[in-house]
Amino acid sequence: MSEPVYVTGIGVVAPNGLGVKEFWSSTLEGRSGIAPLTRFDSTGYPARLAGQILDFDAAEHLPNRLLPQTDVSTRLALVAADWALRDAAVNQAAMTDYDMGVITSNASGGFQFTHGEFRKLWSQGPQFVSVYESFAWFYAVNTGQISIRHGMRGPGAVLVAEQAGGLDALGHARRTARRGTALVVSGGVDSSFDPWGWLSHLSSGRVSAVGDRDRAYLPFDTAASGYLPGEGGAILVVERADAVARRRAPQVYGEIAGYAATFDPPEGSDRPPGLRRAVELALDDARLRPGDVDVVFADASGVPELDRAEADAFREIFGPNGVPVTAPKTLTGRLYSGGGPLDVVAALLSIRDGVVPPTWHTADVPPDHGIDLVLGEPRNRSVSVALVLARGRWGFNAAMVLRAVADGAGSARA
Amino acid sequence: MSRRVVITGIGVRAPGGRGTKEFWDLLSSGRTATRTISYFDASPFRSRVAGECDFDPELEGLSPRQIRRMDRASQFAVVCAREAVEDSGLDLAATDPHRIGVSLGSAVAAATSLEREYLVLSDSGRRWLVDQDYLSPHMFDYLIPSVMPAEVAWTVGAEGPVTMVSDGCTSGLDAVSYASDLIREGTLDVALTGAADTPITPIVVACFDAIKATTTHNDEPEQASRPFDGTRNGFVLAEGAAMFVVEEYEHARRRGAHVYAEITGYATRCNAYHMTGLKRDGREMAEAIRSALDDSRVDPTVVDYVNAHGSGTQQNDRHETAAFKRSLGDHAYRVPVSSIKSMVGHSLGAIGSIEIAACALAIEHGVVPPTANLRTPDPECDLDYVPITAREQRLDTVLSVGSGFGGFQSAMVLRSVGAAA
Amino acid sequence: MSVMTLDDLRRILVECAGEDDSTAVAGDIADVPFEDLGYDSLALMETAARIEQRFGVRLPDDEVLDLATPGAVLDAVNKAAAGV
Repeated sequence: MSEPVYVTGIGVVAPNGLGVKEFWSSTLEGRSGIAPLTRFDSTGYPARLAGQILDFDAAEHLPNRLLPQTDVSTRLALVAADWALRDAAVNQAAMTDYDMGVITSNASGGFQFTHGEFRKLWSQGPQFVSVYESFAWFYAVNTGQISIRHGMRGPGAVLVAEQAGGLDALGHARRTARRGTALVVSGGVDSSFDPWGWLSHLSSGRVSAVGDRDRAYLPFDTAASGYLPGEGGAILVVERADAVARRRAPQVYGEIAGYAATFDPPEGSDRPPGLRRAVELALDDARLRPGDVDVVFADASGVPELDRAEADAFREIFGPNGVPVTAPKTLTGRLYSGGGPLDVVAALLSIRDGVVPPTWHTADVPPDHGIDLVLGEPRNRSVSVALVLARGRWGFNAAMVLRAVADGAGSARA
Repeated sequence: MSRRVVITGIGVRAPGGRGTKEFWDLLSSGRTATRTISYFDASPFRSRVAGECDFDPELEGLSPRQIRRMDRASQFAVVCAREAVEDSGLDLAATDPHRIGVSLGSAVAAATSLEREYLVLSDSGRRWLVDQDYLSPHMFDYLIPSVMPAEVAWTVGAEGPVTMVSDGCTSGLDAVSYASDLIREGTLDVALTGAADTPITPIVVACFDAIKATTTHNDEPEQASRPFDGTRNGFVLAEGAAMFVVEEYEHARRRGAHVYAEITGYATRCNAYHMTGLKRDGREMAEAIRSALDDSRVDPTVVDYVNAHGSGTQQNDRHETAAFKRSLGDHAYRVPVSSIKSMVGHSLGAIGSIEIAACALAIEHGVVPPTANLRTPDPECDLDYVPITAREQRLDTVLSVGSGFGGFQSAMVLRSVGAAA
Repeated sequence: MSVMTLDDLRRILVECAGEDDSTAVAGDIADVPFEDLGYDSLALMETAARIEQRFGVRLPDDEVLDLATPGAVLDAVNKAAAGV
């Protein structure tokens, strides 16, 4: 029997809140982080709404030394990691360096930084390219920088699977903890809102071109018209239960009780899609049944046919209207590697507070979806088991089951 | 009884030859395949040599649609995946797709396509506000490159976990470790795993120029990659890919598959020191090696060959030599150590998988590939690096290591099936 | 006549590699080792590249990392500029 693995610390950098407290109150009160892009003059672009983090001043949070060598995505990831470790009251100096790992997901690397370097290369010449380009760009950067900042010398890894990658990272963190590393800092943070990054997002053909920020991203709604990209994400402290008890962690948010990933068959195949199987495997992994699930945090693509496929999976697994479903990401947009981890945070806070945030803005759900989508206002409900789903473009499916921990395993959870 | 992981199929595209056989011929003969960069005018750059592959996607059987859609690195990965499946004799149609997964390593992924699209969108760097009229429908997949493992998954019909592992220069080793984890824990029976990188494009050449990590032996392109040599002054950038069919041992045995080697242990550690620098003592790499040997339940003295990271930078080769001494003790002085980067260069995320292929083939053929271009000893690198000429020797236990920016240090132990049983 | 002053170098260093609040990059740092100022080899490589672009003076790769203090960098730059 494998040792349980818990989440003991959370750091959030979201468009609707820096820090857990602000994010959670925004999520429950419906404060959106969606706004027209302000990073550059976006007037000529066919879509301009995004979930942006506008009140983040990296110099307030990080040593000045780190600024010249980091992209905005890495600065956000470093700050989220700082907050998560502080929240978990981890004393790095008191732990064995090899007993702390860092496993993150990434989708677009240090894209704004690298855009600047591409520009220097081609408008000025190779000798103008920064020495920092060799690592500020690549997908591994956040794991490397977090490990250096906190003296963590255990296993390091980086997974890329578009929006599904963040749950994969947390799943691998749990695996790594079970293999012997007491504590793993894990999650995902992305940002790519320079002009080139933004245009690349638009090339997916799935970004909503609706100009009203409350009507642009409406997953499961009859007026669904695609999604909005966002930036940020969450970093979590993932710890093996025995280690949590030994160091008397101040709180346990919940157990990562189950995880699974699947991949869809190729387009045109008559084989069924993989989302339902991911859920079933994750529930098996947690030794739970569909009826045990109190709430589902949906992937909520906002692309009508993908919403339908997800609703179909929910009906097949839980029965019609069989479980409350929600998608608070309508307030942040889709965060790529950060999306899954931020939904895990929302799920853990639902467990803590006994309240399910609604899918803000979505109002008109077709009855034949057959899903009990939480709409309009938070729903008070005791949550012991939450399921989080994330799908990545081209067929990635990931599912994670979070479970309440009754006595916090020696922790002082109120 | 724990589940064992074996390599049953190999596909390689590396500089100097097409396919696994030509790759092994190159390594075992000690020839080098580095040359002056031919893909673009490299004259404004500091380092102008590279390990280029003569890769013709049409000849490799990719369709015009695939060629249009896929970044060069994806093309390499798909071609190698096909070759690996064919080599393994695995009947995909008879294998449950749910039990097949993909773990693909890459450090800079779609760099080549990113740069091509950038030039079009920005009017060759003149515009910051890029021009949407020239937007490629595939741009999203160059921004977020997880389409790479998806392409491999479609090639083999995988419906288990599919992911890209992007740990910089240890990606190729760590991707195979990740797949091995999934097989060990029972999630998969078969994985297509390996790595691909095609970074010979101006932005990547420029960023290693800036940090002076690549060589300036531009006048002797064939002798430019000089791991452990006293005159080494940087690595030679390269491209390539290697993919494997890895299987749970009983699954392979039941279908009578040929087994190249068993993956008996692996580990990765971060040095938490510096994004590009290495401490001289090799402490964290040594720890990764020790941990991989523990995972394999073998003593350091049984290691018959060490496939080094051996990039040919001043600091790497010293660092690594220290790590071998620290982890293997006196045995470090007795065991042959070599770097195939002397022959095929350093293909960033791909090389870790290409080196695993070299290890599997070394076990298969009983030959230690040499370190080419090693003519001037360096007093600080005082191990047996198998200079110039390959060595025939029975190999049962082989260690492969990798090291990369971000501080990643990884190790893997491969054993002949007889030895591991 | 110097082409580059200590203030010029200070500005470039901070731009290329930041500064700690604790370390005084202000004041007379000419003889303070880069290591004590908290600047590593990357910071120096980046600094050398910016010096070349702004002052047209190229410091050979293998010499840059041997320059241990801001004073030594100024010396090398100004000598090179004067054609010494």
